[in-house]
Amino acid sequence: MKDNELSNILSQYDSKEQIDGQLYTLNLGPTHPATHGIFQNILTMDGERILHSEQTVGYIHRAFEKISERRNFAQITTLTDRMNYCSAPINNIGWHMTVEKLIGCEVPKRVDYMRIIMMELARIADHLVCNGVIGVDTGALTGFTYVFQDRERIYEMYEQICGARMTTNMGRIGGFERDFTPKFHELIKDFIKNFPKRFEEFCILLERNRIFMDRTIGAGPISAERALSYSFTGPNLRAAGVDYDVRVAQPYSSYDDFDFIIPIGTAGDTYDRFMVRQQEILESYKLIKNAYENLPEGAFHADVPDFYLPEKADVYTKMEALIYHFKIVMGETEIPKGEVYHCVEGGNGELGFYLVSDGGRSPYRLHFRRPCFIYYQAFPEMIQGSMISDAVVTMSSMNVIAGELDA
Amino acid sequence: MAMMMPTYDLARFGAERMSFSPRQADCLLVCGTISKKLGPVLKEIYTQMAEPKWVIAVGACASSGGIFDTYSVLQGIDKIIPVDVYVPGCPPRPEQILEGFMQVQALSQSESLRRRDTPEYQNLLESYGID
Amino acid sequence: MTNEFVLEAIQREFSDSVISHSEPYGFLTLEIKKEDIKKIIHYLKDSSLEINFLTDICGIHFPENKEKEVGVIYHLHNMMTNFRIRLKTFMPIENTEVDTITDLFAGANWMERETYDFFGINFKGHPDLRIILNDPDLGYHPMLKEYRLEDGTRTDKDDKMFGR
Repeated sequence: MKDNELSNILSQYDSKEQIDGQLYTLNLGPTHPATHGIFQNILTMDGERILHSEQTVGYIHRAFEKISERRNFAQITTLTDRMNYCSAPINNIGWHMTVEKLIGCEVPKRVDYMRIIMMELARIADHLVCNGVIGVDTGALTGFTYVFQDRERIYEMYEQICGARMTTNMGRIGGFERDFTPKFHELIKDFIKNFPKRFEEFCILLERNRIFMDRTIGAGPISAERALSYSFTGPNLRAAGVDYDVRVAQPYSSYDDFDFIIPIGTAGDTYDRFMVRQQEILESYKLIKNAYENLPEGAFHADVPDFYLPEKADVYTKMEALIYHFKIVMGETEIPKGEVYHCVEGGNGELGFYLVSDGGRSPYRLHFRRPCFIYYQAFPEMIQGSMISDAVVTMSSMNVIAGELDA
Repeated sequence: MAMMMPTYDLARFGAERMSFSPRQADCLLVCGTISKKLGPVLKEIYTQMAEPKWVIAVGACASSGGIFDTYSVLQGIDKIIPVDVYVPGCPPRPEQILEGFMQVQALSQSESLRRRDTPEYQNLLESYGID
Repeated sequence: MTNEFVLEAIQREFSDSVISHSEPYGFLTLEIKKEDIKKIIHYLKDSSLEINFLTDICGIHFPENKEKEVGVIYHLHNMMTNFRIRLKTFMPIENTEVDTITDLFAGANWMERETYDFFGINFKGHPDLRIILNDPDLGYHPMLKEYRLEDGTRTDKDDKMFGR
């Protein structure tokens, strides 16, 4: 407990009886439906107003950084998609780009565009869930059910390219494991044609809804200076007014071929975060449409035989393919020594990977810069003095995902 | 999450109301990895539930620790509470979770009404330290 | 704002604090003495270089480097010109202590707690340094290289069968 802060609050009361009578400690405990995740908030309240809060995290800590010192580079992809599991492809592709930076591999243009399509689909899925959940926390349950229909369609597209729905393990170092199948082309054309109308149905439920606006405007504000001091990134920072987006500041994977705007808010409150995410969904949709219409022809993976498993038919007939397959699976490939930091724009902000390699088959040290962990520490400041229902809505609008919080 | 939504509706099977208070719940679905820090909390929730109660361990991590064989992850929730149905998968498809739920329905039909009085059940709870 | 410009500015101001510098993959990396790291971060934040965004703090453990086993690595960023810099500082394992930067950056609070939790590095002046992610009953700092990944107290899995 931060003693000096709590004792400042308690010193405003005259006697211990008054403190015991007026102040109330509420344990918004680790398993609580409103928190959409497993983290604990102990709130000291005066009636409905929150005076002080203290958080405990780490209830789903799975020691990813220690595990990754044991796994080789391809196996770590399965860990990355369990961090922000609502937008797993972004984590996977970010990790692959980090390794490609380490080994100095250039990927073909087609791979870049395919990556953009998958990452933006993941971003739409993440933002849809977050906005649906903000609706649920204000009592609007219907919007959540609309949103899940679109998520199912996005899951079907993931299944076409990698076989899994949520923990995708998508792509390989150097590209993808298979090209877009004909069924994928059908699904994405249907998505491009029909998504705006379906999204419009969700928008008109909440965006200019009187009750929703009254609930969310002014709930959990944060100013741009405080947000920058807390190292916020992503939609939460953009809602506070700072237009920082990793896709624009340091373009990766050919994002600089495309034109898209960065929506920003003004007050940094829940309504701004909701609207920033709504607008980002539309921008992602435009990116997907442009990337798909201009998808270049070419190979769907780079020519890195040391890291990319060869075709099985070649492994059984050609000698070089057999040797490469053996070396990759047994971990005999030479990996350069060095340290690299690469970041991508995840669903919640700048997701960074700091990789230190000593030449062995697994990293010497891998550190994930997880945006959720970093911005969740500002939560007590954001809810100071507000009511508990505002605190719940603020927490869901920050899109705190427990997998990324604890890693 | 997806299993409660329109495409794979769990409400068809009678699980319409997700009760967020353990005292009013019949079935506990433990989804996801449980770390050692969360173990006492989970035991507390289980003891707060009133009989008859069933537990479904959803996912590989809840059943046995899953891919996380580390110092901080509890290797299966059956180390601290008795489990009725295990649903494997990482993550399990919504249909698998529905199948697990249907198995709980089958269990509830086939077990005797006063399960809590049988000696095997009492011994099981004692072995977990739940009285 | 190039790597050479920033390196020269830092070396001019703090000529005896910089132990070494390098540019792996084009990313300016400096190794700084433990006592001066806070002064340098403060200088980078407040001077015209405006490197005022803290991206990340993490720790690292090299058991073979005697006297410099445990390190703290800071990643800083200037958003306006998109310039990134990495600062490293090492310390012997018997005395892992470094100044906190929570008064410069509010976001360093939890980052330093996480580094303390994993490596045991004491941040002097931190308002609330305690374990954040692990179980308080764990009793050791798990990311140090001498500790194993699996739970040493487990009795049900036989190491011979699981290839450990």
